[in-house]
Amino acid sequence: MERKIVDGKGSFCPGPLMELIAALKHSQIGDELEVLSTDRGSANDIPEWVRRVGHDYVSTTENEGVWHIVVRKTK
Amino acid sequence: MAGRKICVVVISGTLERLQAAAMLASVAAVSGQEVMVFLSMNALPHFIKGATAEAPHEGPMGDLMKARNVPEFKTLFEQAIELGGARLYPCSMAMDVLDIGSGQLEDYLGEATGLTRLLTEVQDGQVWTF
Repeated sequence: MERKIVDGKGSFCPGPLMELIAALKHSQIGDELEVLSTDRGSANDIPEWVRRVGHDYVSTTENEGVWHIVVRKTK
Repeated sequence: MAGRKICVVVISGTLERLQAAAMLASVAAVSGQEVMVFLSMNALPHFIKGATAEAPHEGPMGDLMKARNVPEFKTLFEQAIELGGARLYPCSMAMDVLDIGSGQLEDYLGEATGLTRLLTEVQDGQVWTF
């Protein structure tokens, strides 16, 4: 198990989501991925995608204009 | 969760419409939906290998997207294929009018497709037109 950073800062929807999905492909079940996004739309949409496809949505926090969305790979 | 199949028909060559189509196709594909994209009319020339002409903007959103770091629509379509198994097909009529063969189009496009096949594909899916 590890925590990986997926840096999607500066990109717009659906760029951060696509970067998350690419990173998930190269991760193990149980790994956590922390997406960094400066795009508010992605901060809303990524948890929705995670629930839709069945991974675990862990948390979202915002710090100085950067959203940190944490996802756990389940399958 | 797999959803219903969607068929994205792109006939416009403007940036806003290509971008919206690519966003829809890529997110649907990576969400487990079967996605097929049909490229025709002014959309198809953008998928000729080596095409450099910038997609014209319809309005201020096009200008803003260009100025900011919005993902390129062709990149999103490629991600739809690579990450979500989407299928993209060129319109056979548009290829005839442009006088181009499959070898001149981007390698990630499928075979030339006519309206009969398109109509068969859309029978069991939603259709989105851009």
